[in-house]
Amino acid sequence: MRARIAHALRPWRRANPGARGLVIAGLLITFAFGFMAVFADTVAPYGQSQYCADEFFDPSVGESGVCIAAPEENPRREAPSAAHPFGTTDNRFDVLSRVILGSRLAFAVVACSTLFAMLIGVPLGLFSGYIGGRLDRALVLVMDTIYAFPSLLLAILIAFALRLRLEQLGIDAPFVPAAISVGTVYIPQYFRVIRNHTLSVKEEPYVEAARSLGAKPRTIVSRYIFFNVVSSIPVLFTLNAADAVLTMAALGFLGYGVKFPTAEWGLDVNLGLADSVAGDWWTAFWPGVAITLLVTGLSLVGEGLNDIVNPLLRVKGYRGKVRGARAALRAAGDRGGLADDPAEPAAEGGDLASEDYGKGEGVNR
Amino acid sequence: MSAVTTTEAVLSIRDLRVAYATPAGMLHAVDGVSLDIAPGEAVGLVGESGCGKSTMGKALMQLLPPGAEMSGSVELEGEETVGIPTRALRKLRGEDMALVFQEPMTRLDPLMKVSDHFVEAIRAHRPRTSKDEARAMAREALQQMGIPPTRADNYPHEFSGGMRQRIMIALGIVMRPKVVIADEPTTALDVIVEAQILDLMDRLRRDSGLGLILITHNLGIVAETCDRVAVMYAGRIVEVGPVEEVFTAPRHPYTQGLLRSVISTDTTELASIDGFPPNLLDPPEGCRFAPRCDQAFGPCPTVDPVLTPVGGASRAACLLYPGADPTGTVDPPAAAPTDDEARWEAP
Repeated sequence: MRARIAHALRPWRRANPGARGLVIAGLLITFAFGFMAVFADTVAPYGQSQYCADEFFDPSVGESGVCIAAPEENPRREAPSAAHPFGTTDNRFDVLSRVILGSRLAFAVVACSTLFAMLIGVPLGLFSGYIGGRLDRALVLVMDTIYAFPSLLLAILIAFALRLRLEQLGIDAPFVPAAISVGTVYIPQYFRVIRNHTLSVKEEPYVEAARSLGAKPRTIVSRYIFFNVVSSIPVLFTLNAADAVLTMAALGFLGYGVKFPTAEWGLDVNLGLADSVAGDWWTAFWPGVAITLLVTGLSLVGEGLNDIVNPLLRVKGYRGKVRGARAALRAAGDRGGLADDPAEPAAEGGDLASEDYGKGEGVNR
Repeated sequence: MSAVTTTEAVLSIRDLRVAYATPAGMLHAVDGVSLDIAPGEAVGLVGESGCGKSTMGKALMQLLPPGAEMSGSVELEGEETVGIPTRALRKLRGEDMALVFQEPMTRLDPLMKVSDHFVEAIRAHRPRTSKDEARAMAREALQQMGIPPTRADNYPHEFSGGMRQRIMIALGIVMRPKVVIADEPTTALDVIVEAQILDLMDRLRRDSGLGLILITHNLGIVAETCDRVAVMYAGRIVEVGPVEEVFTAPRHPYTQGLLRSVISTDTTELASIDGFPPNLLDPPEGCRFAPRCDQAFGPCPTVDPVLTPVGGASRAACLLYPGADPTGTVDPPAAAPTDDEARWEAP
C-alpha cells in the first residue's frame, strides 16, 4: 500500500512548483466553497426565502415558508450594509445567504452530474475500447454526435423533458433534471478519454501476459486495464466540474434549472438583471462572483493536475532534487571514486539518476 | 515422416500454418511446420529474425493478434487444441501450456503486487482457491525460482529484470503446465542471469517432466540446454535433429551458414549469409533458401524440398539429399556432401 501511495504521489513530488501552486490555490478556493456548502445552514444568516428575522419565520408553511406577525420585514433591495453585507433582493431575501446556500446546490449538481457522466462514460469507454470492431465504431459515432451537439442546447432539452417527466411521476427532486442534463453533456468526454487509453493499454505486454495465463476478458478489463486507465479521470473530473458549474448556472439563468425560490446562482443572476438596470448592482453581482470564483478554483485544480499528470509537461518543469546526492558524489570524489573535481554537469546527472533509480522506482514510462 | 514417435509426444504439431492478413495479401509467417515434443524434452527453435519463431510460439498458445489465421493441428497429450471453444482455450492457457515472454520488464502489471498476479492466475483456473491458498502457492513457486517469499507482496518495479523474468517463469509454472514455451526468455538479460534462468528451466524440465520449447536466436543457449533443435527459415523448418548432430554436422546449407555466423572468442572474421530472407507475401516457388544458397544447383529455384532423413536422427529439407524432392525427378549432384564432408566443427 505504501508503495502504491508513493507511486501515486511521485508525479506530485516531481511537478514544477507553478503547477503545484495552481493546484493548491484551486483547492483552497474549492474547499472554501465546499465548507460553505456543507455548513450552509449554520453559516448563512437567513434561509433561502426568508425575509424577516428568524423567530418570526416558519419555513414549513407553504412552499417556501412565511413570516408570521413579524414587526419588521427585511428591506426591499437594500444596498450592502452591516445587517445584510451583500444587500437584499427585490423579494427581501438576503443575498449573502442565497450565495452561501447556492453553493450547496452547485456542489450537489457538480457531484451528481460528473458522477453520472463517469458512471456511464467510463464503463462504456472500457467496453468499447476493449471489444473494438463495429460496436466500437458505432459507439464512437453516437458519442461524437452528442459531443458535436451544442452542449447548452442539449442540456436544456434534457432538463426540460426530464422535469416534465418527473412532474408527471410526482417526484420532487429539484436538482435531478439539472444534474442529469449537465451530466449527459460530459459522457462523451469520459468515453473518449477512457476508450483511447484502453486502446493503448490493451496492447500492453502485461495484458498479453495475463491472457497467456488464462485470464478472462472480464478480469483483464476490470483488473488489469481499469486500474491503468483511471489515472486520466481526475483531471477530466475537475475540468468538467468547473464546466458543470457554468452549465448549471446557464440553465438557471435561462430558467431551465431549479424552480424559484431555491437558491441557485444562475437563477439569482437572472433575477438580479432587472435590478442592475435600476442601479442596484448587488443582487446580480455576488452570485456572479460566486460562479466565477468556483469555476476559477476548479479550473485551477484541473489545469494544475493536468500539468502534473502529463509527463511531457512534467519533464520540462522538472526541478526535483535528491537530498544528499550531491554530497554523496563529492564524498565519492574525495575518496577517489570519481574524478578529482566532480564537475557540475556530472553532479547534475547524478541527481537525475538517483532520483530515478535510487528509490527503486524506475518504473517504465 | 516422424523421427519421434507420435504416441508419446506431449505436444504434437502437424502442418501448422499461420497467415497474417496484410493490405498486400496473406503473409504466411508459419508455413506448414510439424514438430513433436516428448515429455521432459527441450526443443530449441532457432532462426534469424522474422522467420516465424515467435509467431509459432504465439500460435501454439493461440494468442495471435486479430487478423491472423491459423490452420493445422496442435495436439496436447493427444487432444486437439486448434479450433476448440474460447472457454476451453482459456483453461488450456496457463494450466496446460505456459508462455514465457521476452522483455520481462513490461510483462507484469505495474499496479499489481507480484502476489496478486499469482492470485489472479491461479483463480482464473481454480476459482474456488482462497486468496491465502493462492498466496501460499505463489510463495512456493517464487521460492522455487530463488525469489525470497517475503518479497511476494512487492510491486514489479521493485525487482530487477532477472528477478522479473524469474517471476514470469514462476507465474508460468505455478499451475504445473505440461508444456512451457519460452520465447527468447533471456534476450533482455545479462549473461549471468541468463545462465541462472536457463539452469532453472533445465531443472524444472528434469524435475517435473514438462516439455520445453525454447525459441531463441542464440545458438549457444540451444547447444547448452536443448535435446533437439529445429532450424526455421522463412516460416518452415529446414532442419531438425538432436543438438549434437545438427551442431556438429549441419546438413542444410542454411544451418551451416547460421553456425558459421556464430561469434565466439576464436572468431577472427565475421561470417554471414549474403542476401535477405524472402518476402513471405510472395515466397519463391522452389526452395526458399535457394537465392541465398551457395550450394544451389539446377532444380533448387523450382522444386520445393521436404524434410527427409539425412543420417542419424536428423532430417533436413534440402535437394542435396535424396528423398527431399517430392516429385522424385531430381538427382542430387555428384558433389553432394557425404556424411564426412558435411561434418563441420562447431565453435
